[in-house]
Amino acid sequence: MAIKRQPAVRSPFAGLKKEAATHWQELMKGGRPVIMVGTATCGRAAGALDVLYALREELKQQGLDYPVIEVGCMGHCYAEPLVIISKPGNPAICYGRVNPVIAQRLVREYILGDDPCLEFVLAAMEPNELVPGFQDFPRAAYEQKMLLKNCGHIDPLDIGQYIASGGYSALEKALRQPPASIIDAVRKSGLRGRGGAGFLTGDKWSICRKSPGRPKYLICNADEGDPGAFMDRAILESDPHSVIEGMLIAAYAVGARYGYLYVRAEYPLAVDHARIALKQARKSNLLGRHILGSGFNFDITLFEGSGAFVCGEETALIASLEGKPGLPRHRPPYPAVSGLYGKPTVINNVKTLAFVPHIVMNGAGWFAGMGTEKSKGTAVFALAGKIVSTGLVEVPMGTTLRQVIFDVGSGIPNGKKFKAVQIGGPSGGCLPELVLDLPIDFDSLTTAGAMMGSGGMVVLDEDDCMVEIARYFLEFTQKESCGKCTFCRLGTRQMLSILDDITKGKGRIEDLETLERLAEDVKAGSLCGLGKTAPNPVLTTLRYFRDEYEAHILEKRCPSLMCRDLTAYYILRDKCERSCDACVGTCTVEAISPDKKRIKVIDQDKCIKCDTCRVACPPQYNAVIKLSPVTMVPARN
Amino acid sequence: MTRNSVPGSITAEEENRAKRETRDALKGFTKKPGVLIPILQAVQRRLGFLPRVAMEEIAVYLDLPPVDVYEVVTFYNQFRLNPPGKHSVRVCLGTACHMKGGYITLDAWERRLNIKQGQTTNDREFDLDTVACVGCCTMAPVTVVDEKPQAKVEPTKVDGLLLAFQREKETGESGK
Repeated sequence: MAIKRQPAVRSPFAGLKKEAATHWQELMKGGRPVIMVGTATCGRAAGALDVLYALREELKQQGLDYPVIEVGCMGHCYAEPLVIISKPGNPAICYGRVNPVIAQRLVREYILGDDPCLEFVLAAMEPNELVPGFQDFPRAAYEQKMLLKNCGHIDPLDIGQYIASGGYSALEKALRQPPASIIDAVRKSGLRGRGGAGFLTGDKWSICRKSPGRPKYLICNADEGDPGAFMDRAILESDPHSVIEGMLIAAYAVGARYGYLYVRAEYPLAVDHARIALKQARKSNLLGRHILGSGFNFDITLFEGSGAFVCGEETALIASLEGKPGLPRHRPPYPAVSGLYGKPTVINNVKTLAFVPHIVMNGAGWFAGMGTEKSKGTAVFALAGKIVSTGLVEVPMGTTLRQVIFDVGSGIPNGKKFKAVQIGGPSGGCLPELVLDLPIDFDSLTTAGAMMGSGGMVVLDEDDCMVEIARYFLEFTQKESCGKCTFCRLGTRQMLSILDDITKGKGRIEDLETLERLAEDVKAGSLCGLGKTAPNPVLTTLRYFRDEYEAHILEKRCPSLMCRDLTAYYILRDKCERSCDACVGTCTVEAISPDKKRIKVIDQDKCIKCDTCRVACPPQYNAVIKLSPVTMVPARN
Repeated sequence: MTRNSVPGSITAEEENRAKRETRDALKGFTKKPGVLIPILQAVQRRLGFLPRVAMEEIAVYLDLPPVDVYEVVTFYNQFRLNPPGKHSVRVCLGTACHMKGGYITLDAWERRLNIKQGQTTNDREFDLDTVACVGCCTMAPVTVVDEKPQAKVEPTKVDGLLLAFQREKETGESGK
């Protein structure tokens, strides 16, 4: 590789940095209020764009020319849309669940007036005398933000704001070191791949560097396909430059000339932000030839994945980049030796690469000081499902599941009982209360039958059926199996059909043994991670929740009242209010009608079990209930 | 509109347009390895789907047997063989959405639009499909309508969204 060790010229970056700092100073300390709106995908789904429009419109009406900046996701997705207002003289305050009307009031009463509208405050951004801050939340005791540090605090589409917050300094520092010393630092830091497998990043880089063949490639895997995971999406949307900087340092270390950023097409906003960020980096000479005046040449192509889960597997992803169907191949040779077009290729996850600038800046020892013995640094989790504080969290490796779910995520909503946490997506498993005190790292969860995976965590409560969730994941992996290996293609199909039968009340008790046997066969007979781990959700639920399987098979009963073929809706006659017609009006198939006494009755043949009537029934009556098995519904009188 | 009821059947006029657009899109690409998927994406962006003629044009351009193009198109979930509707409806069936009743939402869409997932309504107003996960798990159950993720879409919200489209259409027509 033709990277001649030329001392990087300092001046180009010093200039960029100074300019960025000046702009930032002008913006934040310009004596004007600054308004930030979180407009990542999660914010948009909650209506952040309407809020943004309302804020701008109201400011215009009032004749105020204050900056309204779009920022990414702060991780507090449960309280979206979020608005942060920094008014000179006051602490920066974050408002949650803002709607256009509240936005209008914030402008009139806080920005124009002097009332900080405490009723809409989520928390202050910094410690102060006026309002409690995020540091007072219980989660603050666990959270340690490294990858999420900038997310929600800077404009992802402004490279200057990234540079002003310390960005690209690590690249500049790296370019003044020999590549080998960077690989050495990454190895000493103990950084392991965050895609799920946990291979030592330094070792991977070193193998690639030593492998003959040119050009070398560097691929960032942002094909985050696990349903229930959105860490990589949030990072790319909220702080794309941190990923680009990580890619640059990695490319310099391994001697790669070309890079690919492989983002799944289901993330249109992440694709957009990455594309804009790449353009800006190119313009600032952070990509291209003679980067920052050094002898280092590197460019990144954005590649949109086309919706195939298996392409998260590295060899399948490479096949897809080559324009072929994404079929995995046998390893070895590993991509580090023979990857894209047969050349040495490093392929790393978004988070792995985003850690690299921090390691270069702060040193290997600093990074290795966090986490557990074998898993260093922090882990980012996406919390979803039946949990109060859904969103993104970043905690040191070794934090226990209980701490993440109950202290950081504030536990289960609506006074329901925790049942299980699904971790690691379709490759992971469902873990019950009993193992919640396990520290989360790459190795500890394996003994419990799950894996940390890439970091998606879906919390399940007493209303969630474990057979159904196992069936759901298997349906997913069965559909996404590329079909190359017989066991993965046909074994998962057979397992799915057994699970389908069980959730419909047609299972037989000997099916459970068949399931277990098939699961072992599918694991043994599959080439890539998809097949090897596909049976995990079934195996863990069978291990921890066998009683639920048995109830489905022996009693035709779904204990969680979820499986539709085994449950029925019923209106309690003594609770139904004669004058109320809430359920009748909302029923989507006109299955509810009042009888002679004006008590509402559900026609079981018409009912499609959509749950609308149960939600619509006013809480003072709560007359609509679910029953399982269906034979519990009293005969119509 | 019976001629459109067969999935994938298009008129001669549409076929010509598809051919023209495909040739146009191909101008932006040099023939080199790895370019097939970006080409397919570019053509689909223009046409909304990949009709047979488009795949044949691409095969000729890249010197590939048409079946190789077809293989790639059918391997990936993103590529459509049917013409799209004016509005796209994508029901998210990620873990969180599923546990919060995404399958009930899908049922509601299928019932109201009177089509199954993967199909387009006869008047080509709506096409319905599922998506593995759009990463808005905190807003579950999510339906992406015309690229915009809609939060907490339960059967009643399905009706509401459809009503909004209908009103939009009516006011649009009466405004003309």
